[in-house]
Amino acid sequence: MEKILLRNIGIADSHTLDTYRSRGGYASWQKVVGSMKPEQLIEEVKASGLRGRGGAGFPTGMKWSFVPKDNPKPKYLVCNADESEPGTFKDRLLIEEDPHAIIEGTLIGAYAIQSHTAFIYVRGELAFGATRLERAVEEAYQAGYIGKNIFGSSYDLDVIVHRGAGAYICGEETALLSSLEGGRGWPKVKPPFPATHGLFGCPTVVNNVETLAALPWILDRGAAAYSALGTEKSKGTKLFSVSGHIARPGVYELEMGYPFKKFLEEDCGGVSNGRKLKGVIPGGGSMPVLLPDEIDKVNLDYESVQAAGSLLGSGGVIVMDESTCMVRAALNLARFFAHESCGQCSPCREGCHWMEKILHRIEYGQGEQGDLDLILNIAGNIAGNTICPFGDAAAWPPGAFIRKFRGEFEAHVAEKRCTVGH
Amino acid sequence: MAVEFSPAALETFNAIVARYPKKEAAMLPVLYLAQREFGHIGQEAIDYVARLMGQSSARVYGVVSFYTMFNMKPIGRHHIQVCRTLSCALRGAEMVTSTIKGKLGIEPGQTTPDGRFTLSEVECLASCGTAPMMQVNDDYYENLTEGKIGEILDSLK
Repeated sequence: MEKILLRNIGIADSHTLDTYRSRGGYASWQKVVGSMKPEQLIEEVKASGLRGRGGAGFPTGMKWSFVPKDNPKPKYLVCNADESEPGTFKDRLLIEEDPHAIIEGTLIGAYAIQSHTAFIYVRGELAFGATRLERAVEEAYQAGYIGKNIFGSSYDLDVIVHRGAGAYICGEETALLSSLEGGRGWPKVKPPFPATHGLFGCPTVVNNVETLAALPWILDRGAAAYSALGTEKSKGTKLFSVSGHIARPGVYELEMGYPFKKFLEEDCGGVSNGRKLKGVIPGGGSMPVLLPDEIDKVNLDYESVQAAGSLLGSGGVIVMDESTCMVRAALNLARFFAHESCGQCSPCREGCHWMEKILHRIEYGQGEQGDLDLILNIAGNIAGNTICPFGDAAAWPPGAFIRKFRGEFEAHVAEKRCTVGH
Repeated sequence: MAVEFSPAALETFNAIVARYPKKEAAMLPVLYLAQREFGHIGQEAIDYVARLMGQSSARVYGVVSFYTMFNMKPIGRHHIQVCRTLSCALRGAEMVTSTIKGKLGIEPGQTTPDGRFTLSEVECLASCGTAPMMQVNDDYYENLTEGKIGEILDSLK
């Protein structure tokens, strides 16, 4: 398969402008500014079928089209480079090794909504990646791809690389905007949506790194070439980050609809050390775990993973072998969400810590009868009752672990110890 | 000693603020600057940044305390942050923490008496494919083994 997103990865000095340009870089940007109206660009991306790669899978062209054209306020395009989902490290690879692809995609996105200021909000911990992005933005300014009168047109655009400061929640788009406004990363109630009331109350679109990085290829080769790849509703290619008990962890680019089992066994070399698979999370730490027999017929596209009872999410695949204690795994994720809850909505603020405490006591031999149902009850009271999707993300993993490995959880409670041997 | 920016830092401050469409948006980069200048962001630094930014100390405190990368107390020269989230946990994050604890004689959250190291356990650092890993100040150290950890710690003076 021809690589779209990883096309420059592995090339010497892939992060520099010279290398990027020698591989056709910024030709799409020139084409967009020189010959396309914003409406045409939006239609082209709609026709490509590209869906947001941050987790929700919302159609990108449609997201842009919600920005009102007659609104006199400034408009903002924000590239979400705040990658923090457990098990996900695909954006980091692009940020560090192909920053110009992200920048070119950001410019194209900004042009689509006629924004004159774009931000790249990069995760604070990714200091090296932020330096590469900043340097790449400088290079693009010097080459005239960013700035005033781009390619001799009347279009002006500034790009600001902005570093976060350590908070998972800032990957949620309204939290990211609160953070970019200089405040705590607190999500905002939707509606109104960012498309009409975003950064500083102005029309704003937030797109994920991977989404934007696909744009230069789509504009170069055309929507039809992109939509020829993938399945009926999941077009193109997607990056998958594979980690845990797997022989060849790493970032892979697959055509949407690729068989999950084949991917794990052939492309990734199967479970490490010849052990058996016990469970796999397909879409990052906030998505429900799947059992080995549940993935037999699953293909890696939005619809197929959803039909199996999980979600494709960020494409963060976490593999767990037969030696894994599932109570401990559930506890690990529950602790993560308890740590990262922003504290705004009480079901999430209280519920996440409560679930963590219960899972902790089960793992350490102090579980009580009724604990499992109590966790399911708490999870059920968080999901859907918070202003942002974090509540669902925190509620799904413990619920799925308990439903799928109930015997193991019950044994921990009954025998008052970790029955897997930790 | 009054907490305030050097003339050079003030110049950087003005350049940062000028980049943004609104002054308040410069809060995080200004706090990074404050942390670089003062080592950590204590109450005096919060009050100072609040004055510079034209905001209340309470709001600045709210921001500083929200984000994990702002240190409200002094920390060691080398801040070791071990990722403990699931992918790293599956591949030996606990070994990393216990090796460091053993070598340095400190628990997570503590600083060595000589001020050389602070140890923290943190959540997913987007390095899951190269687990287990740790971050020391701005640098990532990946695919860690006991031997490698020893060498890294010895090299950090």
